[in-house]
Amino acid sequence: MVPNSGINLDVPAPRHRPGEAPEFDNLDIPNAGTVPKPDIMADPREMFGYANTLIRVLNMKHQAVGEWDPQLSADDLRTGLRDMLTTRLYDDRMQTMQRVGKMSFYMKSRGEEAVAVAQAMALDKKDMLFPSYRQQGLLISRGRDLLDMMNHCLSNSRDNCKGRQLPIMYTWRQGNFFSISGNLGTQFCQAVGWALASAYKGEDAIAATWIGEGTTAESDFHHGMTFAAVYNAPVLLNVVNNQWAISSFQGIAGGEKATFAARGFGYGMPGLRVDGNDFLAVYAVTKWAADRARAGGGPTLIEHFTYRADAHSTSDDPSKYRPEHEPEAWPLGDPVDRLKNHLIDLGEWSDERHDQAIAEITAMVTAKYKEAESYGTLNSGARPEVSSMFEDVFATQPDNLRRQRQQLGV
Amino acid sequence: MVKMTMVQAINSAQDVMLEKDNSVVVFGEDAGYFGGVFNCTEGLQKKYGKQRVFDTPIAEGGIIALAIGMGVNDMRPITEIQFSDYIYPAFDQIVSEASRLRYRSGGEYWAPITIRTPCGGGIRGGQTHSQSPEGIFTHVSGIKTIMPSNPYDAKGLLISAVEDDDPVVFFEPKRLYNGPFAGDPTQPPQSWDSHKKGEVPAGYYTIPIGKAETVRAGSDLTIITYGTMVHVSLAAAELSGYNVEVIDLRTLIPLDIDHIAASVCRTGRCVVVHEATKTGGFGAEILSQIQEECFWKLEAPITRVAGWDIPYPHAFEWEYFPGQGRVLAAIKLVMEG
Repeated sequence: MVPNSGINLDVPAPRHRPGEAPEFDNLDIPNAGTVPKPDIMADPREMFGYANTLIRVLNMKHQAVGEWDPQLSADDLRTGLRDMLTTRLYDDRMQTMQRVGKMSFYMKSRGEEAVAVAQAMALDKKDMLFPSYRQQGLLISRGRDLLDMMNHCLSNSRDNCKGRQLPIMYTWRQGNFFSISGNLGTQFCQAVGWALASAYKGEDAIAATWIGEGTTAESDFHHGMTFAAVYNAPVLLNVVNNQWAISSFQGIAGGEKATFAARGFGYGMPGLRVDGNDFLAVYAVTKWAADRARAGGGPTLIEHFTYRADAHSTSDDPSKYRPEHEPEAWPLGDPVDRLKNHLIDLGEWSDERHDQAIAEITAMVTAKYKEAESYGTLNSGARPEVSSMFEDVFATQPDNLRRQRQQLGV
Repeated sequence: MVKMTMVQAINSAQDVMLEKDNSVVVFGEDAGYFGGVFNCTEGLQKKYGKQRVFDTPIAEGGIIALAIGMGVNDMRPITEIQFSDYIYPAFDQIVSEASRLRYRSGGEYWAPITIRTPCGGGIRGGQTHSQSPEGIFTHVSGIKTIMPSNPYDAKGLLISAVEDDDPVVFFEPKRLYNGPFAGDPTQPPQSWDSHKKGEVPAGYYTIPIGKAETVRAGSDLTIITYGTMVHVSLAAAELSGYNVEVIDLRTLIPLDIDHIAASVCRTGRCVVVHEATKTGGFGAEILSQIQEECFWKLEAPITRVAGWDIPYPHAFEWEYFPGQGRVLAAIKLVMEG
């Protein structure tokens, strides 16, 4: 070792590991309503501040405050709450069914429901969605039948992916929801291509895509940012910063050096950092970026500052890498509770109605699941036709695949 | 019919498709204003505008991702990867995305993209401008791979590729761009002017993907080859004194095994020739399938002529390149033992 060298190998580590008391005292969280709302055509060079703050609408008294308040109707708020609840209860049921062996794998979105549901509501149905694997709320908000989602997760005879994809890697063309890859980040620049085609055709549909903060380290992120900026693509580029990429905290992706929203500045696009557990703030920021894109203002990078309240998937145990009670220590609360309390504060909701909604949704999920199982599960009952596994490799089945199908005897 | 080089034929195919179909766009590094480092898109931006023929950032992975997204949105992008040696940053987008999108989505989404890329050596390109990576792509389910050997086939196959609903990797042997090449760099350059496949229709026509062509009929031995090595093999066949049949595959995937098997079962002898490295190369697949189809008709072991299993060495290009001498030696080995 060279004496007095200033060089140091610095491997970032989270503030707390299992067995330690969780806290987030280092976070600088501005009060709700304090961040101004810029014009949708604002110059990105003058917007760097928006990447280094946190846009928030709901305050600690559950009131909507400040310029970013989207002024949604009570009906819209109830719809948002119901869709978030549905997402959560659907997740719970499916996770349980995975635990009892009905499917191979599952990934919940607990704590991140506002990101998907509020964004789906703020976008038009004609807008194309290129999600990662934790935005099932997009499907639910756009009205996909839970039965179809379950059929997919069970890889049963009615799975529209024909038993070829892991559970939660949904596809839903009718709902303008792209096919989830499973390889991380690959959709980021594809969304830019889709958006460019829309611009080329002179249509006003835009694209939106989602990537985890961990995956921003992939080249796909850089490609998406570069191509979107260069061609002024009408696209929303969302980074869902849920603090954890399986066991790696956000610092392993560079989150301690600069915010993820700040990446936008270097590419020449606005970077907005939003409280991802604040339904109203997520809605407002999404609407701003969508309006900007539709008006010809090009792409926006949005960092959703949130927290993954459950495991990455059914294959990992968070108690092995983070404090047991870290989810409860997250200072920005729970998105469902916060919107519920806001509606109660408005006099538009109550604990009783909330409990009733939970009971209704649970009953609906149970009934849908029962029906889905009647079409088979991964392990029993009906499956797609085995011969179908040789289809869709190409538009037309070539001779070698026909021969291999015959060899298998199907 | 018009006399065209392979560059002009490839340019013409894109011109024809840009004219015919508004959903066709062309892009790549230096492919817009400048017209590409090999001139394959020259004049197209001027003719069709920069929204249809444009330059991209230097990011092969981004180029292919962009094409996939456009393809999903009802367009038919033609992308140029400047050298096939540069295609690897796009590997994930080609292998994990373009090739499997239709499958993984249960047929709901697909991306009809064409990836043009110059390949092969013989131009003093060193190890980063000379590779023939087709065998890496033929191993992937869900993409078609094409490598034409002349202007006529190049144009007809490129139009077919653009109109095809599956992703196509279209390899262009760059040593053939401006003339046929029989493998001897000491000979004066040849011109496509005097070659019958240098006669190309000015307008639209197609050559079907997945169809091989017998370019020299014979009864003693069959050479299976593609790309630059078609010309080398034809020259070696002439020199050999044997009645050698030469088949130009043109398309690697889907492989026209019926055409190959019919010939080899008739001649009973076979040499497989490609410029790419030998071990694990596409020649091994061809040889294996011939063995399955023709074993009881074979008179001698099949042999392969291929690039050595080394990177393409700049100063030893002609020791690396499988020239006429090596093909001739293989013919003699299979004929005489």
